[in-house]
Amino acid sequence: MNAASERILEVRGLSVAYNSDGVPVVAVDDVDLELSSREFLAIVGESGCGKSTLLFAIAQLLSPPAEIVGGEVLFRGRNMVSLSRSELRSIRWRELSVVMQSAMNALNPVMTVATQMRDACKAHADMSDAEIEARSREVLRLVSIDPVHLHSYPHQLSGGMRQRAMIAMALLFTPDLVIMDEPTSALDVVAQRSLMVQIKQLQEQLGFAVIFVTHDMSLVSHFSDRLMVMYAGQVVELGATRNLFERPLHPYTRGLLEAFPSIHGPRVHLLGIAGSPPDLARPPAGCRFSPRCPEAEERCLASPPALLDTDGCLVRCLLYEQASARTPTTEARAGGAP
Amino acid sequence: MSEELVRTERLTRHFRIGRMLSRRTLHAVDDVDLSIGRGEIVALVGESGSGKSTIARLLALVYRPTRGEIYFEGRPLSGVRRRRQRLAYSGDVPMVFQDPYSSINPAYRVSHGIVRGIALHRRDVLRRQRQKEVERVLDAVGLVPAAEMRRKFPYELSGGQRQRVGFAQALAFRPKLIIADEPVSMLDVSIRIGVLNLMSELRAREGVSFLYITHDVASARYIADRVLVMYAGHLVEEGPTEDVLQRPLHPYTQLLLSAVPDPRAELGIADATDVGEPPKVVDPKEGCRFQPRCPFAVAECAAVTPVLRHLGPGRRVACHVAEADTEERPGTLAAV
Repeated sequence: MNAASERILEVRGLSVAYNSDGVPVVAVDDVDLELSSREFLAIVGESGCGKSTLLFAIAQLLSPPAEIVGGEVLFRGRNMVSLSRSELRSIRWRELSVVMQSAMNALNPVMTVATQMRDACKAHADMSDAEIEARSREVLRLVSIDPVHLHSYPHQLSGGMRQRAMIAMALLFTPDLVIMDEPTSALDVVAQRSLMVQIKQLQEQLGFAVIFVTHDMSLVSHFSDRLMVMYAGQVVELGATRNLFERPLHPYTRGLLEAFPSIHGPRVHLLGIAGSPPDLARPPAGCRFSPRCPEAEERCLASPPALLDTDGCLVRCLLYEQASARTPTTEARAGGAP
Repeated sequence: MSEELVRTERLTRHFRIGRMLSRRTLHAVDDVDLSIGRGEIVALVGESGSGKSTIARLLALVYRPTRGEIYFEGRPLSGVRRRRQRLAYSGDVPMVFQDPYSSINPAYRVSHGIVRGIALHRRDVLRRQRQKEVERVLDAVGLVPAAEMRRKFPYELSGGQRQRVGFAQALAFRPKLIIADEPVSMLDVSIRIGVLNLMSELRAREGVSFLYITHDVASARYIADRVLVMYAGHLVEEGPTEDVLQRPLHPYTQLLLSAVPDPRAELGIADATDVGEPPKVVDPKEGCRFQPRCPFAVAECAAVTPVLRHLGPGRRVACHVAEADTEERPGTLAAV
């Protein structure tokens, strides 16, 4: 990363709860996170681990019954949590944009791509029709879609093109941060691969930062600078992507890596991870992963482990308690990618 | 390959789309010859829209073929007309579906669906033996203690457990071939392997064959003996799993394998960026359907539809350009 990088996002102690039936379910539990400009951060975890809720909380897109119950989201110094709707409107799309999981549902099926782009431009900037048209064509070209498709309806585009059109829309104002929620999950591997390469190229070309949420660790292995693993609403490991793949620390991360068969190397018998993720309405006492952990000891059930810093990698596991200098996260934060 | 269980001959299924003047034909599956042996796990891989699920439904008699024939234990399925014959066949060849959240009736206990299957397909099992049989199959799929699990409702089960119920239902028929259509793609990564292992165990213990339909090549490698690759309704390559994956001969298979994310591989970003568009399967013209995306295409590819040719032991490839595997293969897409 070049010297020009600056901190653009700081999430401090963020907690989100779903308040239904009177029992709050804490889906995101005390998450700390920092992001530098031009950085690519991947967040991985299984369904229900809180990764999408975290994204929505960062972008202030939560709707009831979800509610931020603690912490702050500082985007370029402003606390997103306390901004008004109109203040948020001036940030959204222009400085921070979101690419949703399913382009099928996120694009309006009865409006052409051009109309949807014009809506976004009109809502967030004062642009003439000619300017909007020119900019729309430009962003489509950026994502390798022939601008003749500008006046197409979503159903006239293939799945991969729809997903790229979504990314094109997110780039209308060249934002500093693009948040992506599993943008490739509906695509097959070939289209997925080419989309990932394209996102990375655009990022290098335009210099935005990316937060990329996925359940598939191997997908981001060659693209992200840092990787954050979430389990049951908590960060369990956060570090440089290469390190995480080469030396996974948390037993959950190790289990995840061993849950994928590979197309190379010897065919080995895999075990995956026993059990299933916990019910967040009744999280297990102590370490939340302990019921499924092959290395769980008695002390794991006694007290919830803190996020520990071991050589710049954060890990929430008692196994590393001696190794680290018992520094809680608030003091030792992993900075941007090296 | 072991003794043959299922064989298809030029299996074809078309769908009519549009109406009146704009009527067109979608070629979901064209001229597929495949076979599955007894006790064999065969993986059918390909991208969405390649015709994988249509083949599954043809084999399960959900659709009737437009053309061609399916032979089960040597007998043509076109002869299966009566209800009794159909029931016997679907007991021999049940399906397990992709979505365990919608394929089990949420209003009944786990045992309900299994008992119904037994009552319908296995008339030899006496009424009073049924619960015992339920416990046997729940035990076989690892839902233990079975006596407790059979009384549960689907909402009490996790996704992986529900998918095991799907396998238990299929197993209750004493099937010969289970058609599993993307059985793990809706499950969380940490529990997928468990379901894949279950399929291997069932094959070993119960001798049942599997047609495992997936878009995930790595999981196909994990459990399958042989792999069949589909592209745009055509079977383009088949062979023993390890052979096909280590030395893919069809350019599409090569592209597919090069796109599989692999954290263990060193990979640069400069790799092939194929932004190819999906193939045309509505009123397709003669010629190879991969040809517009193929880096090795020659004039013949646009004119003549390639048929499967034998290239090596157990291997067949539908490509004019592909040659039997030699060490000095011409340039390949596979970034292995």
